[in-house]
This record gives sequence, C-alpha cells and structure tokens, in this order.
Amino acid sequence: MTDIALTGNVATQALKKRHLRPVEFLPLLAVCAAPIFGEQYLPLATQIAIFIIFCLSLDLLVGFGGIVTIGHSVFFGLGAYTSGILSANGYGDPLTGLAAGAAVAAVASLALGAIVLRVHGFTLLMLTLCSVFLMQEIANKATDLTGGIDGLVGVSTQPLLGIFEFDLWGKTGFGYSVAVLAVVFLAVRLLMATPFGLSIVAIRDNRLRASMVGIPVGSRQLALYVIAGLLAGVAGALQSQITQFVSINAIGFELSGEILIMLALGGAGRIYGAFFGPIVYLIAQDIFSKFDPAFWHFWLGTMIVVVVLFAPGGLVGLASHLGKSSIVRKLMSEKEK
Amino acid sequence: MDIVLSILIHSVAFTALLYLISVGLSVTMGLMGFVNLAHGVFAMVGGYVTATLITAVHLPWWAAIALTPFIVSGIGVVVEKVLYSRLYGKAELDQVLFSIGLLFVASAVAQELYGPLLIQIPMPASLLEPIQVLGVSTSSYKLVLVAVGASVALAVLYALERTTLGAMIRAAVENRTMAEGLGLNTSLLFSGTFALGTGLAALGGAIGAELFPITPAYGFVYLVYFMIVVAIAGLGTVRGAFIASFLVALISTISAYFLPEYGTIVLFAGVFLLLLVRPQGLFGRVS
Repeated sequence: MTDIALTGNVATQALKKRHLRPVEFLPLLAVCAAPIFGEQYLPLATQIAIFIIFCLSLDLLVGFGGIVTIGHSVFFGLGAYTSGILSANGYGDPLTGLAAGAAVAAVASLALGAIVLRVHGFTLLMLTLCSVFLMQEIANKATDLTGGIDGLVGVSTQPLLGIFEFDLWGKTGFGYSVAVLAVVFLAVRLLMATPFGLSIVAIRDNRLRASMVGIPVGSRQLALYVIAGLLAGVAGALQSQITQFVSINAIGFELSGEILIMLALGGAGRIYGAFFGPIVYLIAQDIFSKFDPAFWHFWLGTMIVVVVLFAPGGLVGLASHLGKSSIVRKLMSEKEK
Repeated sequence: MDIVLSILIHSVAFTALLYLISVGLSVTMGLMGFVNLAHGVFAMVGGYVTATLITAVHLPWWAAIALTPFIVSGIGVVVEKVLYSRLYGKAELDQVLFSIGLLFVASAVAQELYGPLLIQIPMPASLLEPIQVLGVSTSSYKLVLVAVGASVALAVLYALERTTLGAMIRAAVENRTMAEGLGLNTSLLFSGTFALGTGLAALGGAIGAELFPITPAYGFVYLVYFMIVVAIAGLGTVRGAFIASFLVALISTISAYFLPEYGTIVLFAGVFLLLLVRPQGLFGRVS
C-alpha cells in the first residue's frame, strides 16, 4: 500500500517537474547579466558559460547516471579539435563547426560507451582513465593534424551567421556561448523530466530493480553516454572557436579532474549544481591566480577536499540542506516574532 | 642478442620501480576498496625528501634513501588517520574527488617549495658509471634498482604469504566483515598497510628518480602507470602486482625501442583491450 502511495507521490512530483518555473531561469540570467560588471569580465563570463555546458554534460553521466568517469575531457577535446581543424583549413563557419564537433564527439562516445559501459566501478574508472591518456597521446603524435604539444594554431572563426564578427572584446563570443548554453540548459532540463530521464535516475538508484521493471538498462545508459559526449563536444567546439586555439590539454586527465571538481563543488545530480560549480570555481580561479597563479591549485585541492568531507551535496546541496534545517527555520520564526 | 639483453635489463629495472610504487596501492585498494588516485604523491614526496636529506642535511645517498621511507610512512599514517579514514565505504565519486584534490594540493605545495622544474637527486658517481653485464653496457644504478626491487618483492611476498600478519591482511582483503567478525582490528591493519605502502612508494620514487623524474606534476603524469599495474593485476594481489609491473615494463620498453613514436599508445591500447576481456584483471577475483 505504502509503496504504491509512495510511487504515486514520486510520479506526481516528477510530472510537476515537467513544467519549467520562472525561477529556474535565474542561474541562466545570472550568467547573462555578467556584462553589468564591465566589459573586461566578458572573457571570464564566456569561459563560465562554456564550462557550464561541459559541466552539465558531465552531470548527466556522473550525477544523474551514476557513471563515474575521469575521461570526459576526451569528448571536449574531440569537439575542440574537430571544430579547430575544420576552421584552420578554411571551414570556419561557427555553427557548422559546432555541429561537426558535436557529431564527432557523439560518434566517439557511441563507440567508447559501447566498450566502457560493459564494465562497472573501478574497471570503468580505469578504462575512462586509459581512454583519456590514449587519446591525448594520439593527439600529441598526430602533429600534422593537431599541432601536437604546441597546440593547434591558425584557427580563425568566421563571423557568426555571416554577420557578427568575433571581436577583440569578446562580445560576439559571449552572446554566442550564452545562447548555446540556453539551448543546452533547456534541453538537459527537459530531458531529465521525460520518462527517459527518470529511467536514467532509476538505473542509478537501483540497477537491478530498474531492469526488473523493464527498463533497457544497457541501451539507456549508452544513449545517455552519447548525449553527454555530444554536449561535451559542443563545449569543446565553442572553446576552440572563441579562443581560436586548441591546446593539447583540451584532452587531459587534469581537465577531466577539474571539470569533475567543478561539478562536485556545485553539487552532482543537480542541474543547478552544474551552474554554480563553474561560476564559483572560475571566479575563485580568477581572484586567486591574481595573487599567485601556481598556488591556485592548492586552494582548489583544499576546497574540494573540504567539500567532499563536509558538504557532500556541493554548494547547492548545502544551500538546500540549510534551507530545510530546523535551525534556520527557528531563526526565521524568531525574527518574525 | 645484445638488444634483447639490454631491453630485458631495462625492463627489469623499470619493473622494480613500478612494483615498489604500485604494490602498496594494490593492497590498500584491495583491502579498503578505496579508489586512491593520489598514491603517486607519496612517491613524489619520497623523491623530494631524499633530495632534501642529501642537499640540506648532507646525508650520503644511501643513508638518505634508507631514511626516506620511514619519514614518508609517518606522513602517510597521519594523512590516512586524518583524511583517508573518513572516506572508507563512501561513494566511489567522493573518493575519486578527494584523491584528485589531494593531487592538486601536493603538486601546488611541491611547486611552491621546490619550483616548477624537475629536481636532481645527487647520486654517487660510482652508480652512474657504465658497467658491463654479460657483455651489455649498463649502469650500476639500474642494478641497484633491480636489487632493491627484488629484495622488497621477496620480503613483501614472504611477509604476506608466510607470516601471521600477512595472513591477517589476506583475510581482510578476502572478506573484511568476516575478518572483523573473527576479531581482527581491520582499521589498525589498514593504517599499518597504508604506512607500508606509502613507505615503499617513497622508496620507489626516490630510487627511481632517474626513470621517473621528480617534478611537481609527478602525481598526474605517472598516475596512469600505477593505476594500470593495479588494474591489470587485479585488486589486492601481491604476485599479480609483480607480474603486472613486469608486463607493463616489458611492453613499454619493447614498444619504446621498436616503435618510439607509438610506444605509449600501444601500452594504453593494450591495457584497454585486456580490461575489456578480463575486467577483474589478470589475477583478480570476480566479485
């Protein structure tokens, strides 16, 4: 009886989530509002928007899918290299490059996902780790195509839609990346409220039970892997188009680690966690590295150790925990008196 | 013939280095199921401690190498008690994040203290002189590496397979709940194993600095080698770690010799394939 009631409750809640509330657009608006602080912050805001897209894609896998990967930068890098190589060879239309980057990343994630998703836990982790070192080594050796260790130079992005030049101040880059972010955010947000999204969460919570109620676990997870790879490719392509350079570190264990840290900082398994993580991370990086760029990694590492030990739900989790906790309510009610 | 022999000598030296650093990781990961990506940090710390002991305290190379594992074991115990132990049994993601955080912190501290470039561990000149082994020219350094690696391997193997303490560790790896049920203090056991593992890693880092140079990025750059050894061996097997170290060393050396351009690609692709066929590793048990 209670089980049915509970299921009904969960289902109603899930259905409610299908409708977007206006408040859900606040994080997106916050990113859009960056120019208020001055034009010098546009490149930072652009970077934030790109990393939110990357972080959202990782959140699909790690947060919602429960698939812990330390090789997600493979798809970011593939998107970046695809779009970068196209535009270094004269095909510099941004939207085509974006689509090509996304397509290559999606195909790669289909191939890689079909392999790595056959295993679980530590072995899965190891395969993703190997894949990132393998791809970086391939990019490193294919110097004719990628520029190797020196990075890919000669990327020149043509005007967006043939109208908007990518200017020195980064206005076009900012508008472009925020627009892409808005599309990706809506897509992810709505996807997670569909039966597909709910089944993904069900698989994460209890794989066996999910397969018992008839969810095709393998193909659902593979589909999720492809979507996540595609979105990471979008982020990578954006990055290469806007910075007009692709570094060998676009595929790398450090980047995989950093994006995982951003996600954990914001709160994995929460769409808005994927927003706040990169915002806090990149702003903190901007501030700390002004004092001492090398020591920034010290604060970053400390930050993540503290988050893991004391705030497992990340900042968003912490906020929602504080919001629910009785102490805050008590304080609020005392204030009212 | 000479080529075969020099490949073999180099492989064996490389095996010693990989084994020294990875064996502790294999046992601790098998014991506590802790995904520790930061193990290489202790090898790096070993390198820095040895260099400091030689240049600042003016100890001879041998003494510095011998003292380093004890110092780093001490650090290991503290880190284990204060930080690692809080995350036992927690989600894999938390452990991964925590150890990546530790990697970043260690690399930043190393860079702050010793600068971004690689540091030299001054070795006695006698170790660097070329000597002839079975008609092949090599350095006595490699032979020292092999000797230390081999004696540690034998000691660890003996300790694990023939002593009561070893039996306790194997029991805890096999079935922790059952071992606790029989009255074993697994958390003490784990602290001890962790200390031993970090000490051996420090020894490997210090003595192997000619093969894996000590830089602040050490933990990131060589992480994949240690993880590969553990993964293809299977968690918690000491013999497996030895054979896996040898395989990784042999494949890297051979491919570096004949396919210098694609050496690492061959290695990573090989591991990828192997883990697909045997997800539990060569000697691991299916859980």
